[in-house]
Amino acid sequence: MTGALIAREVRRGLHGSAWLPVAFFLLVATIVPFAVGPDARLLARIGGGALWIAALTAALLPIERLIEPDRADGVLDQLAMAGIAEEASSAAKIAGHWLTFGPMLLIAAVPGSFLVGLDSAALVRSLTSLAIGTPALAALAVAVAALTAGLPRAGSLAGLLLMPLAVPLVIFGALHSSPAQRSAPLGLRPSGENRRGEQQTARFFAHSHLAAFDLSAQMRRHLFE
Amino acid sequence: MSRLLKGERLALVRGGRLLFEDLDVELDAGEALHLIGPNGCGKSSLIRLVAGLLRPNAGRVERADAALADDSIALDRELPLGRALAFWKGPRLVEAMSTLDLDRLAHVPVRLLSTGQARRARLARVMASTAPLWLLDEPLNGLDRDGVQRLASAVAAHRSGGGAILAASHMPLGDGWRTLEMGQ
Repeated sequence: MTGALIAREVRRGLHGSAWLPVAFFLLVATIVPFAVGPDARLLARIGGGALWIAALTAALLPIERLIEPDRADGVLDQLAMAGIAEEASSAAKIAGHWLTFGPMLLIAAVPGSFLVGLDSAALVRSLTSLAIGTPALAALAVAVAALTAGLPRAGSLAGLLLMPLAVPLVIFGALHSSPAQRSAPLGLRPSGENRRGEQQTARFFAHSHLAAFDLSAQMRRHLFE
Repeated sequence: MSRLLKGERLALVRGGRLLFEDLDVELDAGEALHLIGPNGCGKSSLIRLVAGLLRPNAGRVERADAALADDSIALDRELPLGRALAFWKGPRLVEAMSTLDLDRLAHVPVRLLSTGQARRARLARVMASTAPLWLLDEPLNGLDRDGVQRLASAVAAHRSGGGAILAASHMPLGDGWRTLEMGQ
């Protein structure tokens, strides 16, 4: 059933407007050079972080369609009746959402990196950090969607909630995207490339797993109210 | 006979209002219970409570596997009806769809179904499951005469097969139903 749920999420994601977050991501990346000016060195320095901000804002767009339609239509009720644990359906939602969001964002990050003036080494770093970070971003998006489902103006509220929750992600994501020799956000200085990667992966995964459990608690709250 | 539902001394408060307390509800195999009472007396809430979608403030519920048909359609609107119902993996789906005369609608997208057809689709999900306990909230709403008859025969078949039914309805459901009047 979990496989069917993931397939359903992917189908619904692609049926809707899966290109919208990607277009948004590229638009934000396009605006960065206009906002900070055409200084190539400056752009290359902030480019990795700019891509992360673009990814974060793009992640906001699909939030309203992730949980609320299923709550309103009784799908969550029927899943509970079918004896599927909330944790399993949350994990399926996260996986399904990432599949329609992550890979397309990674592809869009290639032209995006040219827009913000990253060189090929920086592009590889950015792609790695986005590849590791987008599952956590997807998990946060689904968790926030569950938290705000059924509330009036849920979309704007979701933005207010997601941004602060995503701060750790953006810190570590941008840290990994940035050139190794210069100072990283918050003065975090990596001791070695490999160790840094491992730590980040651990943090990203911890982040997304916590989100999954928070999400299932939220689903339960919707069910019993 | 085997007991399919046993709710003891149930109490439920919703929105600061006590809907019912000290309510006992029991169903054995082959039985059917019709919940009646004025709007807002807690019929639907009792069904959700038995389904396990609400927690009682007091008392406890023990039940066999159950299937629920209520106001929510819980089918993907963009899919054809057959595929949308198949998502729920009911082992008796083909049988259920022909019982409710939904065969010819299998290729129609769920969003184009009429009220009555959508109601039949909800009932079909329940019938397609192998759950011995059916929970039906206002099952007759929107059904035409043919639909009412088809539901009645499905209910009779389910009961003779050892199943039980708990239904809330403002309309008479036919012979052989016990009634439980709520909201007194």
